[in-house]
Amino acid sequence: MRHGKLSSASPMALRRYGFILSFLAAPLVLYVVFVIAPYVQAFQIALTNWKGISPDFDYVGFENFGKMFADDVFWQAVRHHGLLLLVMPLATIAIALFFSFLLNIGGGQANGRRTGVRGAAFYKIVFFFPQVLAVAIVGVLFQAILRPDKTGVVNNALGAVGIDPVGWLINPDLALWTIMGVMVWQAVGFYVVLFSAGMSSIPSEVFEAAALDGAGRFTLFFKITLPLLWDTLQVGWVYLGIAAFDGFALVQVLSVDRGGPDNATTVLPLEIWRQAFTFSKYGYASAMGVALFFLTLTFAVLTLRVTRRERIEF
Amino acid sequence: MTRPPQRTGGRVGVFGALSHLALVVWAILVIFPIIWTFLGSFKTNTEIFGEHPLGLPATFHWDAWGRAWAKAHIGQYMVNTVIVVALSTFFTMLLSSMAAYVLARYRFFGSKVIYLLFVSGLSFPVFLALVPLFLTVKNLGLLGTHTGVVIVYVAYSLPFSVFFLTAFFKTLPTSVAEAAMMDGASHTRTFFQVMLPMAKPGLISITIFNILGQWNQYLLPIVLLPGNAEDKWLITQGIANISTNAGYEADWAGLFAALSMAIIPMLIVYIVFQRQIQSGLTAGALK
Repeated sequence: MRHGKLSSASPMALRRYGFILSFLAAPLVLYVVFVIAPYVQAFQIALTNWKGISPDFDYVGFENFGKMFADDVFWQAVRHHGLLLLVMPLATIAIALFFSFLLNIGGGQANGRRTGVRGAAFYKIVFFFPQVLAVAIVGVLFQAILRPDKTGVVNNALGAVGIDPVGWLINPDLALWTIMGVMVWQAVGFYVVLFSAGMSSIPSEVFEAAALDGAGRFTLFFKITLPLLWDTLQVGWVYLGIAAFDGFALVQVLSVDRGGPDNATTVLPLEIWRQAFTFSKYGYASAMGVALFFLTLTFAVLTLRVTRRERIEF
Repeated sequence: MTRPPQRTGGRVGVFGALSHLALVVWAILVIFPIIWTFLGSFKTNTEIFGEHPLGLPATFHWDAWGRAWAKAHIGQYMVNTVIVVALSTFFTMLLSSMAAYVLARYRFFGSKVIYLLFVSGLSFPVFLALVPLFLTVKNLGLLGTHTGVVIVYVAYSLPFSVFFLTAFFKTLPTSVAEAAMMDGASHTRTFFQVMLPMAKPGLISITIFNILGQWNQYLLPIVLLPGNAEDKWLITQGIANISTNAGYEADWAGLFAALSMAIIPMLIVYIVFQRQIQSGLTAGALK
């Protein structure tokens, strides 16, 4: 906008700056006080032994970090994030890609255009629904469904075909996988819709040309759809990767003993929350927060580096 | 990969059947838990956890719904959440569109820095800020108040909303606003009467995004509305708490009624606005 330059009269310029100031002041103050300042303070508190009860604390340098690196629970949580990062995005993306391919392209041709299978619109609506539910509510829901004895729906159904009850959440070797399953259950619909949007922007001539060359569904999927969808896939991967460093609400609500059994499902956000609000170890909790920040940052930078490739224009 | 056309037909048939089966199975996986919860709210404990937890209830009575609404305070939590989310979404939209408009349309000293400051908030996990945020809210005397929750919701919704709306305002034509200014409209009036109506599609997307995000928030309520402020609690922490208590009081139907009460409004809103919700939530991914 050139309003300031339209006239050099100072009342006009003054009015312009007054306007800018009046529009920016409230959001900026709110944002700096409640978002930026806490982030900065977290790095400072991480260097103290603050226990929260008294206002007194000492700077202890990197003591909290030393304690953290010697803490088994910390490393357990980091390992869980590693597993989450490896399995959850891959499973979600694979299932969502399969479904969105079926729903958009897999139905064959009608009037020379590729269409989805019958009922595609209905499936998209149903699949997306878990996304609008609160994670805490999903957690409570699955707590009832996955009860370890025959009173759980899943185990009751398994019992009907002669399989013994499975300790979905009480078996330490299984609990994290169960929680990942619930994460995938909730996330798939979102990525079906996201990938569908990406697929519908691929021009249909591309598919027509390929079909004329005799390409089957598998060729269409791996040689055409996948490369043309790369940008959208990358976005999905980043989103899911960031989600893999969270997991707080689901683990806190769904797992036994909040992160159990025996810390078998704990994640860093949960440990931060527990150290801060159960044990009032503000310094230590903030140190874990700093660790989480650097883990997330590393993931984001690496992903952008590795997955960047040339855009395919169409 | 090319196959003779006559064979393709048969392969596609099997593939088509299997893939359709996969779609049906996933649809059942999504729908079934929700129907089971809804039916569970009418059942007795023996019906819920007896030999046939998948069966229909013997009689449909609404006792559990009454218990969940009044005794478990779901009604109260619901009202609290509606108030908090309505206020915080309104102020998020107001403040973020004001900031985004100025950042998108006016060039002034520091505009770039302020924009980057807002956007940088997107790359920090909220857990890093948790302790200092809690202390800030506490020191301001806002711990355990809805005012505190609304302010924090607005503040943490700003980065994404400002980021998205700045991009959106930049795509709008400048000529209409310039004409309005020529006609003597003030900057403020131009914003509210010309630019905001033009930005409606973007505003709707981000409003939906914020309503859902804030409605589903769990971490911030349990930190900012601790146990001694139970009458201020929001729906997500209320449900999670009932789940803990249901085990002791053995009121499973009450839990399912509470869950249904939390799920059904979302289901109705989703069915009515599903197109807008899908585009609103995926809007963030298509930057």
